[in-house]
Amino acid sequence: MIQKPVIAAAEAAKLVKDGMTVHVGGFLGCGSPDGVLAALAAQGTKDLTLVCNDTAVLDQKSGRVTGVAPLVAKKQFKRMIVSHIGTNPETQRQMNAGESLVELVPQGTLAERVRAAGSGLGGFLTPTGVGTEVEEGKQKLTVGDRVYLLELPLAGDVALLKAKKADKAGNLVYAKTARNFNPLMATACTTVIAEVEEIVEIGQIDPDQVHTPSIFVDYLVKA
Amino acid sequence: MIEYVENKEIIAKRIARIFKTGDVVNLGIGLPTLVANYLPPGVTIILQSENGMMGLGPAPEKGKEDKDLTNAGAAPVTVLPGGCFFDSATSFGIIRGGHVDYTVLGVLEVDQEGNLANYKIPGKMVPGMGGAMDLVAGSRVVVGATTHLEKSGASKLKRRCKLPLTAAREVNLVVTDVGYFEVMGDKFYLLEYFAPYTPEWIVEHTDADVVVMSTCSCCEGL
Repeated sequence: MIQKPVIAAAEAAKLVKDGMTVHVGGFLGCGSPDGVLAALAAQGTKDLTLVCNDTAVLDQKSGRVTGVAPLVAKKQFKRMIVSHIGTNPETQRQMNAGESLVELVPQGTLAERVRAAGSGLGGFLTPTGVGTEVEEGKQKLTVGDRVYLLELPLAGDVALLKAKKADKAGNLVYAKTARNFNPLMATACTTVIAEVEEIVEIGQIDPDQVHTPSIFVDYLVKA
Repeated sequence: MIEYVENKEIIAKRIARIFKTGDVVNLGIGLPTLVANYLPPGVTIILQSENGMMGLGPAPEKGKEDKDLTNAGAAPVTVLPGGCFFDSATSFGIIRGGHVDYTVLGVLEVDQEGNLANYKIPGKMVPGMGGAMDLVAGSRVVVGATTHLEKSGASKLKRRCKLPLTAAREVNLVVTDVGYFEVMGDKFYLLEYFAPYTPEWIVEHTDADVVVMSTCSCCEGL
């Protein structure tokens, strides 16, 4: 089995260049690659397009900051394609001030657009958003007696993932609800970097228990 | 003279009685989450959480939180025996595929055509729709959970929503703190009223067409 390079978080951050589209796993910070994100924040890479479920938590009262929130605060994203920004007032401020572009996408549609990009599909038809602002500018098709929106794939340059465990070949196992968007993003980007809590020898993960097959993963970072 | 007093507990209690054992239910953040506290004895439902789990359990004891186990509002939760985890595409396949029996959501406005607005107040509050649009479009039964009147005294039940819609014509049931409604054929049908309110009071204080069902009765024991 081919082994995947294990690199430092700072090395991983260097693979992200100005202007790239970056898919980041996590749900309000649960299952986000915090080490790589911290390195990316320190590196100051800019004009990025973010694809993520949300812009995480930035709570000035409690001081709680999770996931991509520090990068939002440093204005590293010129564009954010997410389903929810309600727990990060800074994203809302930048959107209202016209400082960054925010595209709000229904969560199921966002997940499926990423999945479509990684699985060779030209798009898919969903009933979600019909009769709402989400349908604006989209092609509508009727199948049977139901109206659907045509939604398009959403690929990226780099995926930044978080997993519980990897073997040296790059097979990944996620933990509980920290799985969320991570396995989908693993399939949809040119370069895939997985930050993992534990790296084990090849053969030590039961093949039946692998969530993301090793072929999708390019680099491992030890959390 | 009946004076309106907001009562979220009564809403949660009445919604909890809708379910039967085995129903798959998604509870939204806020008021809908309270529903889990009031399930009648002997009724076991399966809670789905759109961030990727089935078999959602109560909050953990203090000190036993698991950073990898949260609900869709990022609060620490537990998983019940027999529960399972899945990725977001599978989660929304479950939701859009009609495998969730009931979704219970908060309401900014709900109208007699079954339109729901609960994700955006232009210029004021734009948190994003999260999973709400998929949940409302895909679940078998959509339940709106809301206080009957706003602080200003305005009815939350409308003839036509003015705010941007979360979904068109998908709401089936609405439970407020004065009564239990079904949405059918562009009208609200009052199925039950909650003391001290009366059907007359409810019709008068609802800014929409309300038909009092012939079988409408006072809901006891809430």
